[in-house]
Parts: sequence; C-alpha cells; structure tokens
Amino acid sequence: MSIYESVVPTTSAFNTEHYNPQLVKGVESVLVIGSGGLSIGQAGEFDYSGSQAIKALKEANKKTILINPNIATNQTSHSLADEIYYLPVTPEYITYIIERERPDAILLTFGGQTGLNCGVALDKMGILKKYNIKVLGTPIKTLETSEDRDLFAQALKEINIPTAESFACETIDEALTAAEKVGYPVIVRSAYALGGLGSGFANDEAEMKELSAQALSLSPQILVEKSLKGWKEVEYEVVRDRVDNCITVCNMENFDPLGVHTGDSIVFAPSQTLSDEEYHMLRTAAIKIIRHLGVVGECNVQYALQPDGLDYRVIEVNARLSRSSALASKATGYPLAYTAAKIALGYTLPELPNPVTKTTVANFEPSLDYIVAKIPRWDLAKFQHVNRNVGSAMKSVGEVMAIGRNFEEAFQKAIRQIDPSFLGFQGSDEFGDDLDEVLANPTDRRWLAIGQALIYEGYSVEKVHKLSNVDSWFLHKCMNMVEMYKELDAVSSLDALDKDLLIRAKKMGFSDKQIAVSINKNTEANVQELEVRKYRKSFGITPFVKKIDTLAAEFPANTNYLYTTYNATKSDVEFNDKGMLVLGSGVYRIGSSVEFDWCAVNTARALRESGKKTVMINYNPETVSTDFDEVDRLYFEELSFERVMDIYELEHSEGCIISVGGQLPQNIALKLLNDGANILGTSPVDIDRAENRHKFSSILDSIGVDQPEWSELSSVSEAKEFSRSVGYPVLIRPSYVLSGAAMSVVNSEDELETKLTNASDVSPDHPVVISKFIEGAQEIDVDAVAYNGQVLVHAISEHVENAGVHSGDATLILPPQSLSQGIKDRLYEIAQKVAEAWKITGPFNMQIIKDDRNAGTTLKVIECNIRASRSFPFVSKVLGRNFIDAAVKAFIGEDVPKPVNLMDEEYPYVATKVPQFSFTRLAGADPFLGVEMASTGEVASFGKDALESYWTATQSTNNFHVPLPPSGILFGGDISKDYLGRVAQLVSALGYKVYTTSDETKAYLESYVADNRAVSIIEFPKNDKRKLRELFQRYDIKAVFNLAAKRAESLDDVDYVMRRNAIDFALPLFNEPQTALLFAKALSAKVGEKLKILESSDVVVPPEVRTWHEWIGQRPM
Amino acid sequence: MSQNFVKASFQIQNGPAYEGISFGAQKSAAGEAVFTTSLVGYPESMTDPSYQGQILVFTQPLIGNYGVPSGEARDEFNLLKYYESPHVHVVGIVVAEYAWKYSHWTAVQSLSEWCVKEGVAAITGVDTRSVVQYLREQGSSLGRIVVDNGEPSPEYVDTMKSHLVAQVSTKQPYYIAGPAGAATNIALIDCGVKENIVRCLVSRGANVTVFPHDYPIQDVALQFDGVFISNGPGDPASCGKTIANLKHLLNEPKFEHLPIFGICMGHQLLALAAGASSVKMKYGNRAHNIPALDLTTGQCHITSQNHGYAIDVSSLPNTSFGAYFVNLNDGSNEGIIHTSRPIFSTQFHPEAKGGPMDTAVLFDKYFNNIATFQEAKSANAKIAVAFELPVQSMAIERVI
Repeated sequence: MSIYESVVPTTSAFNTEHYNPQLVKGVESVLVIGSGGLSIGQAGEFDYSGSQAIKALKEANKKTILINPNIATNQTSHSLADEIYYLPVTPEYITYIIERERPDAILLTFGGQTGLNCGVALDKMGILKKYNIKVLGTPIKTLETSEDRDLFAQALKEINIPTAESFACETIDEALTAAEKVGYPVIVRSAYALGGLGSGFANDEAEMKELSAQALSLSPQILVEKSLKGWKEVEYEVVRDRVDNCITVCNMENFDPLGVHTGDSIVFAPSQTLSDEEYHMLRTAAIKIIRHLGVVGECNVQYALQPDGLDYRVIEVNARLSRSSALASKATGYPLAYTAAKIALGYTLPELPNPVTKTTVANFEPSLDYIVAKIPRWDLAKFQHVNRNVGSAMKSVGEVMAIGRNFEEAFQKAIRQIDPSFLGFQGSDEFGDDLDEVLANPTDRRWLAIGQALIYEGYSVEKVHKLSNVDSWFLHKCMNMVEMYKELDAVSSLDALDKDLLIRAKKMGFSDKQIAVSINKNTEANVQELEVRKYRKSFGITPFVKKIDTLAAEFPANTNYLYTTYNATKSDVEFNDKGMLVLGSGVYRIGSSVEFDWCAVNTARALRESGKKTVMINYNPETVSTDFDEVDRLYFEELSFERVMDIYELEHSEGCIISVGGQLPQNIALKLLNDGANILGTSPVDIDRAENRHKFSSILDSIGVDQPEWSELSSVSEAKEFSRSVGYPVLIRPSYVLSGAAMSVVNSEDELETKLTNASDVSPDHPVVISKFIEGAQEIDVDAVAYNGQVLVHAISEHVENAGVHSGDATLILPPQSLSQGIKDRLYEIAQKVAEAWKITGPFNMQIIKDDRNAGTTLKVIECNIRASRSFPFVSKVLGRNFIDAAVKAFIGEDVPKPVNLMDEEYPYVATKVPQFSFTRLAGADPFLGVEMASTGEVASFGKDALESYWTATQSTNNFHVPLPPSGILFGGDISKDYLGRVAQLVSALGYKVYTTSDETKAYLESYVADNRAVSIIEFPKNDKRKLRELFQRYDIKAVFNLAAKRAESLDDVDYVMRRNAIDFALPLFNEPQTALLFAKALSAKVGEKLKILESSDVVVPPEVRTWHEWIGQRPM
Repeated sequence: MSQNFVKASFQIQNGPAYEGISFGAQKSAAGEAVFTTSLVGYPESMTDPSYQGQILVFTQPLIGNYGVPSGEARDEFNLLKYYESPHVHVVGIVVAEYAWKYSHWTAVQSLSEWCVKEGVAAITGVDTRSVVQYLREQGSSLGRIVVDNGEPSPEYVDTMKSHLVAQVSTKQPYYIAGPAGAATNIALIDCGVKENIVRCLVSRGANVTVFPHDYPIQDVALQFDGVFISNGPGDPASCGKTIANLKHLLNEPKFEHLPIFGICMGHQLLALAAGASSVKMKYGNRAHNIPALDLTTGQCHITSQNHGYAIDVSSLPNTSFGAYFVNLNDGSNEGIIHTSRPIFSTQFHPEAKGGPMDTAVLFDKYFNNIATFQEAKSANAKIAVAFELPVQSMAIERVI
C-alpha cells in the first residue's frame, strides 16, 4: 500500500491562496541515510545530494536525523541535520538508531548504493514494519526490482523495453546456453580475475567454449552478455511525482562508447550526436520505465544506442540519486536531489517552483545553451600491480565538470581541471607502439592517445574512429584543435600573433600558457604565460560571464550560477559586488577530497555571516560548494591562475582566499599575489618559505625547532653518501618520477640504487630529497589557526600507525590518549614558534615525529602546510570548535577570537578517524600502507575511550563485517617483531581459530597463543582463485591479519596474495601492526558485548550509539 | 578553411547587430526574428511550415552536428521520413556555432549544403544568448541576415502582414491512404501541416484527405469521420475564410456529433470560430520543454511548441467551450475543449517532431471520439453520409 493517499492529480489551481499540497501524513521526523566514507564509485556526490535532501526537509519543518560516519561532509553539521550519528551505515546500527529515535519516516535514496542496500535489508528484516516507518519516495519494491537483475529484466519485458541481458554462469555449459540466448557476439566478464584475464569477446560457439573455459578457471563465476561494442552510451535523468507527472531533466552522452563504466567515461551534456528521433525515442522509453517501476523521486536510466540504427538496450536503472544525477544537477542548474526530497514528502512537480527562475515551475525540462564536459580523474599511478585498463568496473576517484559554449572550450577546460600539468587537448609520447592498442582498449589515458594520434602521428579521424569507436563528431571537433595548434605553431613570436587568431584560439578554449608553449615550439621564442595575458588584454580580449538559468535565457532568472566563455559578445551580469573570492578544492583525488569542500563551504558561510559578499570558484560537480545557494556568486570554473585572475579582475574583488581548498589553490597563490591580487591571510611569500625545503629548514633551525636530517642531492653517489651518513632507512622524494610511486622508504644501499636508477631521473635538474626515516616513531598531527603569528586554536591528534604511513592513511585519535602534558605543551610551543616565524594568519597544519630513540623525547617537524588540512573538519567537529570560522575571522581581522588552549580542556570522549580504502575497486592493487597515500576517504566515530571509538569507526568503513568467534582468522606477514604474535594471542583467547600458511609463521604464532589452542597451517593455492575461495569458506576465515613490511615485488608473493584476496573476498584486512593490535584489543573489549546484543531477542542499543550532540554536549553549526 | 569564410551579420531592427560567418546560401534574408530553445530537431524545425518566412535563432549553441537526412526518403504511407514538409520554410537561421563536420547514420548532406540548396541564409558565430535576452525584453522583432556578397542589404519585412497560411497550404486537395483496409476518413484542413501530423492520423488507421486552408469544408465534412485543423504560420486573424467555414461546423446542428481536433494554428482558428480573440505574444513560445497542465485531469505534460499568437481564453464566450490546457510558465492558454461535443484543440504539438511525444495520447483521444461517432452513425442511418469524394483521382502529396 502506498504511503501517498492520493495518486491522482488534482485539478484545482495550484496558485490559489487556499491551495494545500497533499503531503504524506504523520511525518514529523525523518531518518536520512548517508553514504559513509568516500570510496571509488560512491563519493562526494552523496554529500551534495544528502545535503539538498536535508535542506528540503528542513524547509518543510521536519526533524531530520542523519546517520553518516563521514565526519568531513557538509551534511553532518547542525546547520543542516537536527541529530547526527557518526556510526556505521549498516542495518544493524540503523536499527539501534530507530530504536532510540523512533523516526516516522526514512529516506533511503540519498545515500548511494549503501543507503539503498540498507533500506532493502531493513525491510527484509521486518524493522520498518515493526517500527511503523514510512519509506518516503520510491517504494522498497521498486528499489528491489531495479536492483535484482532478473526482476528488472522481467519488469522491462512487460513494457517491451529491451534490456542488456546478463547471465551469471558457473559452468561452461551454462555459459554456452547463455551465449545462445543473448546471441553472438557475446562478451564474457569475470568478476575477480587479475589484469582483465578471463574477459573477452566470442563470436561463435567454438570461441565461446575456449573463452569460458579459460575464464572459469580463473574465476568461480562469469557474466555472459551480448556484445554491444561500439554502441553509443547515453543516460537520462528522470523525475516522477506521486501523481505520475514525469520529466527528464538532462540527458548525457558518453564520449567513450559502451564498454567503459559511465563513471569512468568522458561525458558531455546534453547529447550532441543524437537526432530528435533518437533523443526522444530514449526519452520516451525512460518515462515509460520510471512510470512502470513506480519511482517517486529521481531515477537514472542508462542506454546503449546503436550507432547506425534505432536499436537500443537499457543497461541499468538506478532508482536513487546517483553520481550522474549530481552531475546533471550541476550541468543544468536543476536541483534534482532537492526536488526528489520534496516529491518524497508528497509535493507534485507543478506545485514546486523552478528554484532558479522562481517565476516558472519545476515541472519542465531544462534547456541548455552551453555544453558541459565531464572527465573522470584516476589516481591509478599511486598503486602497484593495478590494471590500468578501464572497463566495466569503475576506478576513478573523482571527476571534473567544465562549461563552455562550444565543445573545444568545454573539453579543454575540463582537461586542465583534471590536472594543472595538462595544458589542454594534447598528446603524450608514452604510448610508443601501443598507440593503436590503447585507442582500441581504453585505459585511463586514452584521451591522451587520441591527442597523440591526431596531433602528432597524423592519424585521420576515420582511423581513430575505427580503432576507438568514438563518434566521429567528437573527433572532428578534436581536429579543430589540431588545426589551431598548427596555426599557432607557425607563429614565430608574440608580436606575430594576430588578434583574429588569438580570439579564435581563446574561443577554442586555449589557455594563455598553451598559446605561449605553441608559439615557443619550433622557434627561438620564449614567450611566457603572463606575456600572452598582457598581450591579450592589450586587445581587450577577456572572457564574458554567462548564467546557467535552466531555460536558455527564455525567462529572466536572477541566478548567481555563472561560467565564463570567449564565445560571446556580452556578459549576463554586472560586477558591483566586489566580493571575496574563495577558491575551492577542485577535483577529488587521493589526498584531497570532501574535507576541503567542507572548508570552502564553511569559509563562505563565515564570510557571509560577517556581511561579506562571496564568490566561489570551483569545478567539482560532487561538491556542496558548487551549490549556488551557498554563495553570492558561483563560478563553475577552472582554478588556474589565468581564470582566477580573470574573475578577480572582472569582479573587482577585494580579496582572495587560497588556503581552504587544499594544495591546488595554494599552488597559484604566489602568482596571484605577484599579479596584484590581494591574498587574505598568510602572505604567499611566507607560504612559499614553508614549501621550499631549504627555506623551511633554515627557518626551523633559526627558531630552534627540530627536524630529521635531510639533504637535496643531484647524483646517485651523493645520495648514497648522505644515506650512509644518516643511516638507513631513508625516505626519498624524487622531483622527477618516471613511473610508480613518488615517495618511498629505502632500507639499503642496493634498494636506493635500484630506486634512483629505475624509477626516477636524478640529476642537477631533477634533484632528489632524502631524509632520515625514523622507524617505530609516533607521528602527531597539529592543526591550528593563527592571527598575526599568534595561535588562536589548535588541535593535537595522535596517529595510531607509526611514522611511515602517510598521514592521510593514518588512524587519528583526538584528544590524544598517550601524550603527556609535557609533550602537549611542547607541541603547543612549536606551533606558536612556527606561527610566529611564518607570520601566519589563518589555518596551518604540521606533522611531527615523536622520536624516543635516544634519552628523552625529541619532537621533529617533518612537514608544515600553511593552509587548512584534511583533518580540519575532524578536529572542528570533535572539539566542537569550528577552526574555519576562526580562520575566516583572522583573515578579515574582525571579531577575532581570543587565543585558547583547547588541548588543556577535559573531554569526556574520544574520537577516532580511520581511512576508507577502495582496494576492492582496484583489481590487483596491493593493499599496502606506505608513504604514498592510498585511501580515498575517511570515517570517524566517537566512544567513551579510544577502543570504543576505534571499534565503531572501523565498523564504519564500507562493508566491514566484524569477525565473530569461533570463526577463523588468517595470519601472515612480518614476524620479525612481536605484533603479529600479540594479535594472535589476543584473538585466540576470544575463541577464534588461528590459521597461517607456513611452518615458520606457525611456530612463531604458537609461541604466543596458549598451549591448547593450536595454530593450523592451510595449503595456499596462490594462483587459483576458485580454490582459494573454497578454502576460505571451508575454514570459515572471516578476517586476515597480514602485516606488510614492504610492498610485494611480485604477484606470486604469498603475503600479497593473502592481502589481495582478503580484499577480493570482502574480508576485514589488517596490514599494519599498530592498528592490528588496536583492533585485537577492541575485539577483546567489545566482541563479547556484541555477541550478547546479537543474540538478544530485543533490540539492545550498544553504548556507542549516541548522537554527536550527546557526545560533545553542544550543537556546533 | 578559415580563409574562405564569407562574413555575414545578423541585424535586429532598432536593435543590436552581430558579426558572424555565413554558412548558408550566398544571399541575404529578412523576416521576423524568433528563437527556439529546443536542443535537437533542427531539420524538423526548419521544414515546419509554421516557421514560414521567419529567421530562426537556436539557443542550443552547437547546430549541424548530425547533418541533414534525406528529403527523398519516404515511409510506408508515402510521407516524408525525415522532413516535416518538402522544403525549408525559415528564410534564415542564426546559430552560435555551426558544426562544419557532421556525423550521423541518417545524414546525406551537411546543414550548410542543405541551406545553400534551399536558398536559406545562415550565420554562425553569434552570441545567441544575448539575442534571446534582447528579444525577450523587446518582444518580437524584425531581423535580417546580411551576407557579405556585394549586394545591398534587404529591407526588414514584417511577414506577419502577409497571408502566410495561403503560402504554405496545399493548392489542391490530396489524399493519403491509411493502412490496408482503413475505413476511417479524416478531413484535414491544411494551414501548413507537418508531415508527422498526417502520420499520427494515418498510422492510427485513417485515410486522410488534405484540403486547402480555405476549402469549404462544411460542404464535405459530413462524409468524414472527423475533421482536423492543422498547424500553420502567422496570425490566425488572417484566415478569415477558414474561420468562417469552421463557424458552420460549430454552429450548424447537423455537425453536432462530428469530432474535431485542432493543433496550434488549428486550435487558434477553432477558438476564433467559437468567438474568442487572439493576441500576439511578446516573443512567442518555441521550445520542447514547456509544461502544459491538463485542466481536466490535473496532469502536467511536457510539450513541443511553436507559436507567436495565443488565444485569450477570457474572451472565449462562456457557452460551450472551456480551457483545456494552461501553460504553467506564462499562464497562456494551451487548448480548449467543448463541454458536450467531441471537439478539442491544443496550442502545443502532440505530434512532436521535434520534441517530446508525451501528449501523443491526444490523437488516441481523437480516435476514440471518432469511434464513438462511427458507432452512432452505424446505429443511426439518418446521420450517416456516404463517402463519395473522388480520392483516387486526387494528388498523393501536397500540391505546392
């Protein structure tokens, strides 16, 4: 039965005074399910959609209760949600919250796949019925249908909509039957095989026999599907209300044809190569589907479209907010998540205003008078053994969106947004003879291969199209840029660049730097970016500003959502605000994600509260900072020097904030300053004194702050000499990296030589920085805000892992539990000295090593960043003190708070932040923690002590299942120290069975565990996935402790296989000694309680289930 | 290719001028400047007779991407497969960026080649968004595309003053046979009918006889199972003859069971015949995304539109007709419906092409009305009139 009393539209006029929408009755409080830690496939977009949903609920005066352990998000803030639980997003913990809060209703479709899965599970468990909770929006049955492959195919068959059928097969016979059913050619995919082994195409039965035999030897299950290789991939975002009004808000076309996961595809909106017939055929089908399934809210439909006919297949339907819906919202200006939440409450589309124009209704379809490009950002180079091919499984960690008035402008902007090292559409000579191969079988670098082929290798559009199946329209547009390069290359000097050519280049999205580089090519010229800028401005060639108004200017819209373009003759807005620029974080990538969005959003809020006008610049569609209601003006634009300075000048801005968006905005700070921009906070000149290793070091020396020995060296022999003098291990940081990881710890001279000769180029031009690596030392993070060199607030977080694990991958405990008052005082003193020496105004962060090797403890600063750090939201939320708010007050010098030593206060709780990894998504990657960051997100939980908070935080990471005794635990890895033994000792005492794979480890472990609990050896079939799985099942292995001393060198390494399979079989993996031990202790403390709770017939709420407000005793915004 | 570009400019009378590049016929053109916010469907729009004599500005900045399909290809009813009429009706098009290279499996030529062949002026490189902002504020304006070809600029012309419907309507009746055995006959008054309207009728099982706009339809109407009034260009008030003919259908009791359906111009003419008045809109509605609320059900539909005039629904004599649909963006009338007779009309285009097909169900509604009428006729021989028109000797396509 529907929760919506009426599913029939009313004929009364909506705009009368007496009109009352028929909302769902009896809903005062709503539980909103968040998506948890950012991971590949489920990232910042759900902070955006959840935040919008909560806004919509608040407007309707509903009490919102949010569960989300992702402490860095914007949604987990009391300016939005009324109650917040930093707890695992699992059916178990949601049940506890339901028991405590008794919400009237639940929102399941704003927390990604996690939220949706929890909803389906809660329904199956009978919890929703038991507590009489209404599911707002799309009903559970629809969610189940869209998730279950068979139900889904059946449902679409009922309305004659063709689906891309996929059959899961476990035998060769099954595979052959399936292939007959879908029709040749077919594609075979295997879920877990390394390096894409076992995937491929079969054109007939003979080929299929061979392929499936091979695939099934590697993987227990394979998927057989009709091959739609080369078909276009198109998506529609559809909205339906309870009375069957439907709209498609946006359609999008993938540059990459079918075969590449849409999250890993380059995408353009709206579609560009579809005719009216094709566009509306798919649009009509989308509406038919959403009506048939009964979606109430938002839904995404993905299609494969025949490139030379009207045949099509539905690939997937997501009956929830998704990455694509976030992109569509930003691409059109239509707030999909907000509208979906309103619809969930019972509003109908014609009842809702178009929030952009405010004069028209939400029941319409945006018309775009610009083109939007989205490009994914991968960080695959950070991982070892990872397969770089992109295909059906998503691997990218973030995405960018760029807006232009033509393809070239949008595409080139987007390319530069991916990474500032890219100039625009370009090639790369890395492919060599593999060029055709990369064009045909996409990797994360295919667009560079296309650039290489068209710009340098003389490939025709037809040839590239044949190889890649990318539609020729896109390639023709790429050729326009190739032609432009040719014209620019022929220019011999800046003076020879004529105005017309310059304008045409700018219209095609060429950056000043790109133009400079082109002129310099083939000539003696050495034109600089700034010279091009000056030259360009001398002609009055500057970008225009246009609005995103959802209606292609048909109706006046007082919107502040803006982009710049050279393809115009008039700006839409006037520039009288003199607003302050806030530079956002840019693309999410490993090392920079939602935490900087939180910083940017809070900066804008604090500025607005102080009565300042704000201008946000950011280009990340997954963010809250790119919501146009967060700021006075939003520029969805590049964070390059060129574009930021353009906007700064256009807006006559009073100042620019560069220290809240992570490293990216920081990198252009000095250039902005030198070009006359007013930079708020610490001077970029001083920031530079921290980023330059030499300056940094000598200042530390001058203020008496300790640091590990280091040197910058330009030859291998010098490097050896220095390393010998300080003693191994050493940390090396080459300035020019050929492949693989950039930083690494080196234990011996041999290793040093290998690293420096194979992986990087060491020369006077490319020096290497080597520093003494202190083993077994504790690492500490200090986050602080200062004003004119005086610390206002600071937080000291201790790392659980020893130094050597990247601070972004570290487990942080706040307040620190193991530091003495004396150490804390000394840390405060160091922070004071640093703030003073660098004349800091605003945020900064230091990483400090606590070195206990010699008598007494020395504190050594290993890094200092004069900007907001990744841990700012964490420390702000744990201490109940908004560090960004303090920083903004310092920036503008108004209402600057009095200095306070927050670390001297008593806190009756502990919070622990743990990393969220995405190894599951990165087939083959070694799950190893080192000096290169590997995590994609983080979660945090509170507890009465460190054990409780770590226990909860660990469970908050995605798909973490606590192993329960008497299941088996597999041990391996480093036995040179006592960690593994102590872990075995603790867990075997709890009744777990202890397994390992070698006699040596067995003997080691047995020396720790009590006599009567034997350690068993299991034979480990390293290369047979199927046998491995059987083995894990047979021994009921539910967790793996494999303490990795170093990265695996080969795929045969038994420790690598053990770690990797823990990931592939979705088992908890502990690969670092300190966290392994901490978890073993947490198990000892909490698993007994958990067993009791799980066995109880009543819902018993464990003590860690408390709201943020209950833990910290206040409701900070 | 940059060297061979011919310069052109787009000028609005008493308004701004824009420099650009010509990609169409090497001749200048003048007409009323209108804009459409549709994302796709330029071949459909350009061959839509309702755009007769106008200069069409596209807000979608990238035009020409998928080339132009064949104007020869016909479907199983001998209707043009890809065009809405045999020729282009706009006199010029204004785009932000023309795609010099196209890619599509149905394309046989580029948009540029087509414009040259059809004698249509075309200009690219125009800030079309700012054009829309001007037209939105100033209202409907006259414009011209001046191609740099050494000839004098054309005068601005107000095509609304000419009888546009007469220009585009078929000169002689023609007959499109429905599927084999089709026993339903529809009389279509052609004010500039789109090919897909005819297709929507024949594909539902009707034979369609298309009459010139001023044909005395009242003389033959009773031989048919339904009358349809098509879309068309310009001011409905210029179609006095058609309105007078329609008055017969509305006022004479013998037509009381006859189903009538009008679209766009057809809707306006029906309303005028019923006694309502029309108004020229500030800048018209030309888009694929316009919400029209069905006042009889409360359902809201996304519709395809193309009109510069609208019916003032308050002027509708408070007798037998009521408002059927209303535009939720600007509150304008989107259709009327008779309270007791099988007559209704819509301002928007249920036949789409281009645009959304959500309201195609209205054709089904029309056919339900027809079925009811046919049942009544078979039950009552007195109202049944034999179909005796010499359709076999009629033309099989529009006579231009």
